[in-house]
Amino acid sequence: MPDTFKPRTAEEARDVVRWAAAEHEPLEIVGQASKRALGRPVQAGQVLDMSGLAGIELYEPEELVLTALPGTPIAEIEAALAAKNQELAFDPLDYGPLLGRPAGQGTLGGVIAANLSGSKRLKHGAARDHVLGMDAVSGRGEIFKSGGRVVKNVTGYDLPRTLTGSWGTLAVATRLTLKVLPRAETEATFLLSGLADADAATAMTAAMGSSAEVSAAAHLPEAVARDLAARGHRLSGPATLLRLEGFGPSVDYRFERLRALLGGAGRSVARVEVDASRALWRAVRDAEAFAGSDDLVWRLSVAPTAGPAVVAQLVGQFACTAFYDWSGGLVWLAVPGVDARAEAIRAAIAACGGGHATLVRAPAPLRSSIPVFQPQPGPLAALSARLKEQFDPHGILNPGRMTAGH
Amino acid sequence: MSGIAMPRPDAAVLSRRDEIVRALKEMVPGEGVIDTDIGMRVYETDGFNAYRQMPMVVVLPETVEQVSAVLRYCHDNGVKVVPRGAGTSLSGGALPLGDGVLMSMMKFNKVLDIDAANRAVVAQPGVTNLGITRAVEHLGFYYAPDPSSQIACSIGGNIAENSGGVHSLKYGLTTNNVLGLEMVLITGEVIRLGGKHLDAEGYDLLALMTGSEGLLGVVTEVTVRILQKPEMARAALVGFPSSEAGGQCVAEIIGAGIIPGGMEMMDELAINFAEDFVNVGYPRDAGALLIVELDGPEAEVDHLLSEVEAIARRNGASSLRVSTSEEERLAFWAGRKSAFPAVGRISPDYLCMDGTIPRRALPQVLARMRELSEKHGLRCANVFHAGDGNLHPLILYDANKPGELERAEDFGADILRLCVEVGGVLTGEHGVGIEKRDLMPVMFSEDDLKQQQRVKCAFDPKQLLNPGKVFPELHRCAELGRMHVSKGQLPFPDIPRF
Repeated sequence: MPDTFKPRTAEEARDVVRWAAAEHEPLEIVGQASKRALGRPVQAGQVLDMSGLAGIELYEPEELVLTALPGTPIAEIEAALAAKNQELAFDPLDYGPLLGRPAGQGTLGGVIAANLSGSKRLKHGAARDHVLGMDAVSGRGEIFKSGGRVVKNVTGYDLPRTLTGSWGTLAVATRLTLKVLPRAETEATFLLSGLADADAATAMTAAMGSSAEVSAAAHLPEAVARDLAARGHRLSGPATLLRLEGFGPSVDYRFERLRALLGGAGRSVARVEVDASRALWRAVRDAEAFAGSDDLVWRLSVAPTAGPAVVAQLVGQFACTAFYDWSGGLVWLAVPGVDARAEAIRAAIAACGGGHATLVRAPAPLRSSIPVFQPQPGPLAALSARLKEQFDPHGILNPGRMTAGH
Repeated sequence: MSGIAMPRPDAAVLSRRDEIVRALKEMVPGEGVIDTDIGMRVYETDGFNAYRQMPMVVVLPETVEQVSAVLRYCHDNGVKVVPRGAGTSLSGGALPLGDGVLMSMMKFNKVLDIDAANRAVVAQPGVTNLGITRAVEHLGFYYAPDPSSQIACSIGGNIAENSGGVHSLKYGLTTNNVLGLEMVLITGEVIRLGGKHLDAEGYDLLALMTGSEGLLGVVTEVTVRILQKPEMARAALVGFPSSEAGGQCVAEIIGAGIIPGGMEMMDELAINFAEDFVNVGYPRDAGALLIVELDGPEAEVDHLLSEVEAIARRNGASSLRVSTSEEERLAFWAGRKSAFPAVGRISPDYLCMDGTIPRRALPQVLARMRELSEKHGLRCANVFHAGDGNLHPLILYDANKPGELERAEDFGADILRLCVEVGGVLTGEHGVGIEKRDLMPVMFSEDDLKQQQRVKCAFDPKQLLNPGKVFPELHRCAELGRMHVSKGQLPFPDIPRF
């Protein structure tokens, strides 16, 4: 069993990393370890458990900023924001159900390390778009701060955003400052039933190109909609979902705008009201349709209009089930069996204008043996490796988490 | 030239000038190399024009291959390079170096791809900010970040500076609106990041490049997100007896869950300068003037305007007008948008500062600024992106009076120190450049700055791209890479272990 260090302060975390750097001793960085089954498995003799650095240090709703320690449970942060009618607008995805764990786990540090964003990323941006400041310990064992606690800041390189999504391989965050936003007063979902993937893509594109200010757009083909219906959501047949959030009169007005735009003859339109809408989007965001099976699961990030084309290429080659978020730009793909089909998937993406694919659910041996994250072309991979070296010269922080080399 | 020192010119490079110019002319034929004094003169300064420096030579490449060849040559020959877009930087980011090549990207001026379905535009870096909107407005779209120089500034320069604008609280800075980049490293390697998909893969080098002030690479192509134009916009023009009351109103608007498209505040001096200039009916007796613009669907705009009105009255508004036509809305903005030229008419010169503060510190900061104004014997008018706390104090001075520029710079430095002291930052959108370079230690420790400079070592270990900007002290990468560690036993018996 590896040793686990559980520092209570940033300085203690620094001391552990400094020691590990001197000894060239790899560290696995965890919060609640709720995302251990994501990414490549880390080979490390020691665990640095950051869950002891927890708590909200500063929350100023009128300034739209929140500063918290990385081990703060994300649920605690969401509750504190909800009490002031605010939220993390990037809508952090909860991988719990998909990975066979309870919902609602994880820490702020984990959400930022993995750049977890949900359905509302389409309108509001990713987690990285909401990170304003970060204090961290580099792999050199030095504490550095970057960014600030105001929403508009261009002083120095934007390290807080650069470190977001780096899976703990560059530095260990010890304090995070985020931009928070008002939570919508209400919401409704414009539900179009019965569309084929390509027609759904056209409808979503039209909605996103309109002034209806859609905050999330998803399409659930028949099999996925049926699965969610079995889980209690009121869907029948393929479902195209357009989320409208905001003040009551605005939501009503925009709903009618969408009806005029998309609700032509023969189209089945329904309005999903606020509570059912929230529940439905949670299920979409967290890929609940794929929870509770052994299928391998991929996330594909492509240009929005390319989503259905990529899927059309793949269904001809092997059995798989897909659904679309981000107006088609995010494809969730479940592949039964033991062959992840990585080359076929990445070739289809390349053939449809580019993007990337991440294997988000697979047994550990498979995650060690194939590239979980999209392999990068030589010069970019070399640049990324040089960046890693500048933060973590001895390669002690989460080695192997993102790529086999680092 | 005043007190900001640039890296000492490299005599060995200067002595090879003719040879370097010849080599560049081979790589970039035709009119692409400028080496005459008269031709280079237009490049000697940028929007921060208190500082001037002639470059060794100017090159205007037209293709990625030329950019790559020039950079590789400069890398191999130890020649510094300063990239330049439209030259509108307010912080001296494009100030040339006497022993450096100035690389203007303004021949990269084409919009390459308008993809309305994916809400993306691919453009060359020399296209102006407004040029992107112009290219897509017939389709009902626009590009959201709108720095006040948008008619002239280039999208490549926007990437370098992470430019903002008056709508950034709601729509974000450049970094929130960029999807992809092509760039060339100083080694000549061409790197592509992102694309039309939403999240780039691997380390977020897009975020790192955006706002890197030309120190990491030269951008040769940009993919940005475009947005559907809001259905309508209306504005409220609200006078308050004091900036405290105005600030409280701003806090309550945001507290009510309203994020206006734009929210600008002006102090008494700025109100009167603007009114003198454009005469649009600003209340001259107000202590602070607030412009609140709401955009979106008509039903939402009307609903929120009535809420904003109620909040403004509750906070003691001394005057309140709501725009009822597009002409009226634009008139409300006319004064704010002409604040800089209005000041330019009254004062021979002015310095425009750019700190950001937590909004609640506004009354304290304004009071201190009045004291500083007396201390330095210079007037200061304030315009302020009220939604996000970004201050633009305009310090009035006359460069022809001995010592006034230095006093204005000292005044500006005091303001920026004050911003950091109350929890803010040195620059909200203009960049560090040379202007705020020597103030970086006010905000960052030596360790903080060294880690940032190590990032540069991953891109440009010889430190040839835009040296002398952003960082007050140049360290060699070998020195930055050194680690001072002593091996030993686990030295922390107190930390819980399991």
